[in-house]
Amino acid sequence: MPFIPHTEPDIAAMLASIGAKNIDALFDEIPAALRTGKLNAVPEGMNEMQVTRLMQERAAQDVAMLNFIGAGAYEHHIPAAVWQIATRGEFYSAYTPYQAEASQGTLQLLYEYQTMIASLTGMDVSNASMYDGASGLAEAILMAVRAHKSSRRVLLPTTVSPLYRSVVHCIVKLQNIELVEIPFDTAAGTIDLKALEQHTGSDIAALVIPQPNFFGALEDVDALTAWAHAQGALAIALVNPLTLAVLKAPGNWAGKGADIAVGDGQPLGSPLSSGGPYFGFMCCKQALVRQMPGRIIGRTVDMDGKQGFTLTLQAREQHIRRAKATSNICSNQGLMVTAATIHMALLGVDGLRRVATASHANTQALAKLASAVSGVKLSFSSTNFHEVVLQLPKPSAAVLASMAEQGVLGGFDLQPHYPQLGNAILVCATETKTNEDLQRYVDALRHALS
Amino acid sequence: MLIFERSRPGRRNAAQAPNGQARFPHPNLPPQAGEGANESLRELYFNHAAAVSGIPTALLRKDQPLLPEASEMDVVRHYTGLSQKNFSIDTHFYPLGSCTMKYNPRACNSLAMLPQFLARHPLAPEHTGQGVLACLHDLQEILKDVTGMAGVSLMPMAGAQGEFAGIAMIHAYHDARGDTARTEIIVPDAAHGTNPATAVMCGYTVREIPTNANGDVDLDALRAAVGPQTAGLMLTNPSTLGVFEKQIQAIQKIIHDAGGLLYYDGANLNAILGKVKPGDMGFDVIHMNLHKTFSTPHGGGGPGAGAVGVAQRLLPFLPLPVVARQNATYRCLTEQDLPQSIGHLSAFTGNIGVLLRAYVYARMLGAEGMHRVAEFATLNANYLMAELQKAGFTVAFPQRRASHEFIVSIKPLKDATGISAMDVAKRLLDKGYHPPTTYFPMLVPECLLIEPTETESKETLDGFVAAMKEIWDEAHTTPELVKGAPHTMPVRRLDDVKAARELDLTWKPATSTRAV
Repeated sequence: MPFIPHTEPDIAAMLASIGAKNIDALFDEIPAALRTGKLNAVPEGMNEMQVTRLMQERAAQDVAMLNFIGAGAYEHHIPAAVWQIATRGEFYSAYTPYQAEASQGTLQLLYEYQTMIASLTGMDVSNASMYDGASGLAEAILMAVRAHKSSRRVLLPTTVSPLYRSVVHCIVKLQNIELVEIPFDTAAGTIDLKALEQHTGSDIAALVIPQPNFFGALEDVDALTAWAHAQGALAIALVNPLTLAVLKAPGNWAGKGADIAVGDGQPLGSPLSSGGPYFGFMCCKQALVRQMPGRIIGRTVDMDGKQGFTLTLQAREQHIRRAKATSNICSNQGLMVTAATIHMALLGVDGLRRVATASHANTQALAKLASAVSGVKLSFSSTNFHEVVLQLPKPSAAVLASMAEQGVLGGFDLQPHYPQLGNAILVCATETKTNEDLQRYVDALRHALS
Repeated sequence: MLIFERSRPGRRNAAQAPNGQARFPHPNLPPQAGEGANESLRELYFNHAAAVSGIPTALLRKDQPLLPEASEMDVVRHYTGLSQKNFSIDTHFYPLGSCTMKYNPRACNSLAMLPQFLARHPLAPEHTGQGVLACLHDLQEILKDVTGMAGVSLMPMAGAQGEFAGIAMIHAYHDARGDTARTEIIVPDAAHGTNPATAVMCGYTVREIPTNANGDVDLDALRAAVGPQTAGLMLTNPSTLGVFEKQIQAIQKIIHDAGGLLYYDGANLNAILGKVKPGDMGFDVIHMNLHKTFSTPHGGGGPGAGAVGVAQRLLPFLPLPVVARQNATYRCLTEQDLPQSIGHLSAFTGNIGVLLRAYVYARMLGAEGMHRVAEFATLNANYLMAELQKAGFTVAFPQRRASHEFIVSIKPLKDATGISAMDVAKRLLDKGYHPPTTYFPMLVPECLLIEPTETESKETLDGFVAAMKEIWDEAHTTPELVKGAPHTMPVRRLDDVKAARELDLTWKPATSTRAV
């Protein structure tokens, strides 16, 4: 019996102790009419060798290609030590650290994580993670509305990922929160400041500020943060943590800083994995910490005065506060955070900067090479980080399909999400790409357009 | 020691990051900066100011983030050392009620981490992901069968997000019928805290109903609570009290007659897997905790996966994407296919790596294995309950069968000796056992909610009973020993009040002044 250790004598002895004649008798409180018959759609069990064969065959159907898609999930090198340590049974199969004395490993690691991510974002405090960046943004919006008290309007620029905006709508719409889209400047690819200024003087709970934005372009974060604060609104920074090795931290935007910083931690050690699991991070100003959802770890002392770590501020959470909790969130993405912490520790400041810088440089190089292809040009004039929008002279879906036939994932098709941009694609070249890879991209693009 | 305290300025891992060998030409550098460029040009490339020279200075970072500067070996030793300060299923018995801490088969991990699965970008075309999509589709079909539901979406990333999806679907269903006066979700008082919190996130008010002396829902109170304002009832069955709700058919009728829908919280699905299907009990929507019933790892707090299943009438509202099989090809359904969907809960496709682990587990169990899960989980729980009763412990519902878990109340022991459930829990740590869930559900004073799961052997359960007996004796002979526990862990009991009052959430170097 898979994963069940009982021998026949064990079963007999256990039933005798209970005073039941057989195992079936233990289910005698379930009305007979409800009892399950055969499970028709569940195949027969497989042993480990068989299931290994099955999964290897399935994996072989997943075609690896030279990838130039980012759009919220980024291909980076992950040091071997990261997942070897993260999948140690003591991390992998541990429960949520409610029993602090038996969970000091996970708790200290999470405290170190909070320190690292709060420092990267320049914020005072961090929680122990959210499910992903998109749902984290939704929670940040709910948090901002709780903190603001008077307004339920949140400005959500269209330079925020359309995939994120769709998740935000799904999660916050049932709580009567008004999401107002702010268009982008079609020349620059950044938030249209004139359109934003139309909201000057109105009662707004928060402005979401993406950096880099979905197009890879750099927003004028100081001006946007200052504008939000001038309206009495909170500034929610939506950031890629890797880029913060190089870019100004949200905690320093416009001097006094954004109020909440969120994003997806995937670039810090999560494999692409068709979309998950990743993790969302959430950091904020000290004054907002009691409005924050999710688990938080604090350092304290034990009965002997020795340093130790524990879950704290649990009175915000659903298992204590129930209907009045800050969120229904229970789990975090502990194992992904474990990987991210080890990843950040291994790379350090210098390593993260090198990865960020190399990704930026590669994308600049690719933009230059690609825009030299006849008919291709850069869609936007603004500075970009490690993603760029290319304008194609032919239908983007067909060009990308042709590049895929050549083994190159040429980018993310913006057409369905931003029809006003025409045949535009979003392209990313991280540090994983070599000169030869960039050349292969350009060759594939040229061939697709020929 | 914290990783930051191991840090030394300038120490770095040359093998872990892009190096200075200039494989990455910066467009602002002269062409000779490529292969074979001299050292100074390589350095120029990684002179960050130069490499990011196209970025306005005002947008660049000027301070240095507080990340460790440590060698690979420092880092490996540090985190290996931290792991050894944890209890885990791989090292200890974890009879944690309502959490289903069963063994996490290693094959599930290694097969979910096959390189092709890890490497695929979520926005890559579907034809490059037929293998992973086939696994997800098969998993949907398996979960439909074992729960008796008409459709399944695997997208929720945790149990609580599954609850959100379920209640949002109930909301969408009533809205689609123009039935907008339904503003209330009914929740029994024994429910998990996520239930009322979820109802509020979906814009509902919560009405709580009591439990009767048998541990079942108080039907009179339920009848009095329902009305035209009732959107639905959230129910865990078997309940968090460790008993099967025998009146489920009557409850189902009361809710449906009132026009509400019935939500199944799958936290305790392990107790009935292969024995009774939520769909057959009349539930309209359910969530499953795949990190419980389908043995994906808890990972120190996540990631989980909270797949949802629905009856026919809720099919149009399932969260996206749902994987469909059409003409021998797998594809993700979109808004065009399901225009009434509640939408997307994650940027991409949920916690796929977790779903692959659940799939491998399900295939290894097969249909026969599914039936056995509930059988042996229930056998273990009832055996442990019987043995603890014989040892003198008081169980909350002795007149009932245990499901896969049961409650021991420490109140009589506390009245006699002053030893609380918390003391027993902490003393168990010294004896090498992770404690059961304590002080939940709140209906039973000084409670321990005990769930052994099917993967534990009789010897392990006997060892646990022996440890509980020892603590019983210690409570009477050396109570201070128990009250001071644990004595063998890396730390003793922690000062939670200090943790909350003097918030210390991030480490600060000794030289800097505290910013907060």
